[in-house]
Amino acid sequence: MKYVCLGFMDEGKWASMAAAECEAMMKECFAYDEILKRDGHFISDTALQSSGNAVTLRWYQSKVSVTDGPFAETKEQLGGILILEARDLNQAIQLMSNHPGVRLGGPFEIRPMHEEITTRAMEGLDANELLASIK
Amino acid sequence: MIPISAEKIHQTVEEIYRTESRRVLATLIRLLHDFELAEEALHDAFIAAVEQWQQKGIPDNPRAWLVSAGRFKAIDKIRRRARFDASLQALAHELDEAVSDEIEGGELEDDRLRLIFTCCHPALASDAQIALTLREVCGLTTEEIGRAFLASPATLAQRIVRAKSKIRDAKIPYQVPEPDELPERLDAVLQVIYLVFNEGYYASSGESLMRPDVSGEAIRLGRLLMELLPEPEVLGLLALMLLAESRRAARATSAGELILLEHQDRSLWSRELIAEGTALVEQALASRQVGMYMAQAAISAVHARAATTDTTDWGQIVALYDLLSRASPSPVIALNRAVAIAMRDGPEAGLALVDQILQHGELLNYQLAHAARADFCRRLGRKEEALAAYRKALALAQQEPERRFLEKRIAELS
Repeated sequence: MKYVCLGFMDEGKWASMAAAECEAMMKECFAYDEILKRDGHFISDTALQSSGNAVTLRWYQSKVSVTDGPFAETKEQLGGILILEARDLNQAIQLMSNHPGVRLGGPFEIRPMHEEITTRAMEGLDANELLASIK
Repeated sequence: MIPISAEKIHQTVEEIYRTESRRVLATLIRLLHDFELAEEALHDAFIAAVEQWQQKGIPDNPRAWLVSAGRFKAIDKIRRRARFDASLQALAHELDEAVSDEIEGGELEDDRLRLIFTCCHPALASDAQIALTLREVCGLTTEEIGRAFLASPATLAQRIVRAKSKIRDAKIPYQVPEPDELPERLDAVLQVIYLVFNEGYYASSGESLMRPDVSGEAIRLGRLLMELLPEPEVLGLLALMLLAESRRAARATSAGELILLEHQDRSLWSRELIAEGTALVEQALASRQVGMYMAQAAISAVHARAATTDTTDWGQIVALYDLLSRASPSPVIALNRAVAIAMRDGPEAGLALVDQILQHGELLNYQLAHAARADFCRRLGRKEEALAAYRKALALAQQEPERRFLEKRIAELS
């Protein structure tokens, strides 16, 4: 079973940490990724730039409106997305509880991947289906 | 085989349903990996029992018979559905193969602890944990749970369905937690049991002060948990509930008015429950671990030992509150400690502490903090202050008997 782990973080706190401290934390996280890889739990890890670099799109009055910034203005912003392979939710919880990043204060959100829809999205439509869908 | 009358069979099956159905269900959930399927299988197994036991007699091991019958019914059901879905065929085959040994070997595992931990999994919301535990572990109907928690059966049914989908879709495993996770996960289970108990003991709203059947259910759960997992805090919680329960008959007048501990007729306290609760506290304390429930139970046991409020060992109660504040610091515990200190050292000492606690702000909307302040002021003859504090408490109180008690105090002082 695949679990998507959304790592939220207080960007202000991260920005206020000394460069050496940030580097040390990242190295710890990479080392933990290696353990996850060794044990067959690692699928992917994606780090995000600061939420200050985000734009938000919305369907508004029949067209797309573009606004600056992240969707929600909260102290904790999404900082990275880790995808895990785990036996069940308890194992996913245990794996993420040992992740060094959780000590930054998080929070981490763990969500089961919707594997059926993800597979359909990844495989894509075949040519006939595609033609039918855009008719 | 001597044929048995239909009436006798019905009686026996009903009796077995009462004593065994939860344990059979717990095992069926493990074997079938699905709550809904297991519930249907349980139902089908009992129907089959009524039909077949009349001809073939009551089996030596009814529990194993029911598990086996339930499993076959479920496999049949999956096979019928499998005609339309190939993936189910594999599941039916796997079920067929996997568990025959265990059932035929006669030694069925007790899966109720798995069931309890799954129903109280921290990934489920607290109200869903309570509803699911009462439904699956205690076997209450949604109507019964609705009456206990003043919620509509439809709301509860939906809560239970959602919780079961989450267990399935997020793959919450059906297992007892590993030793390193156990303390935290056990806390969640104890909390569910204690919330159920309190709902019956201090009904949070509504007309009546207590709902004894709800507390009784929590005590049954506590006993079951102790049988399955005799950890010191499990003993502590059961002791706490039994000691509280021992005072039930003395807690309210026949008209349903609240009677405070100091005015209770102690001859109405149940000596039997006090003896059982006290023995459990001693056993829990002997573990040399400190826990929130055992400390509260120990306090309750000191009250239970005393013939009157005056002869209560308040010094020991204060010491136990100190212990409790270290085990789980909270403003409510600080408030209770202040009341104990007032009993030991006089209302002035209590008032100083309550004012400190109120200054922190967390208890400003907690009626019992204002009621305690009011009581200390009243005993010190500070009438105006007492009245003001009783009025604050009254404005915050939700429960009718408590409101009437506060109104009476206000009338006496005015």
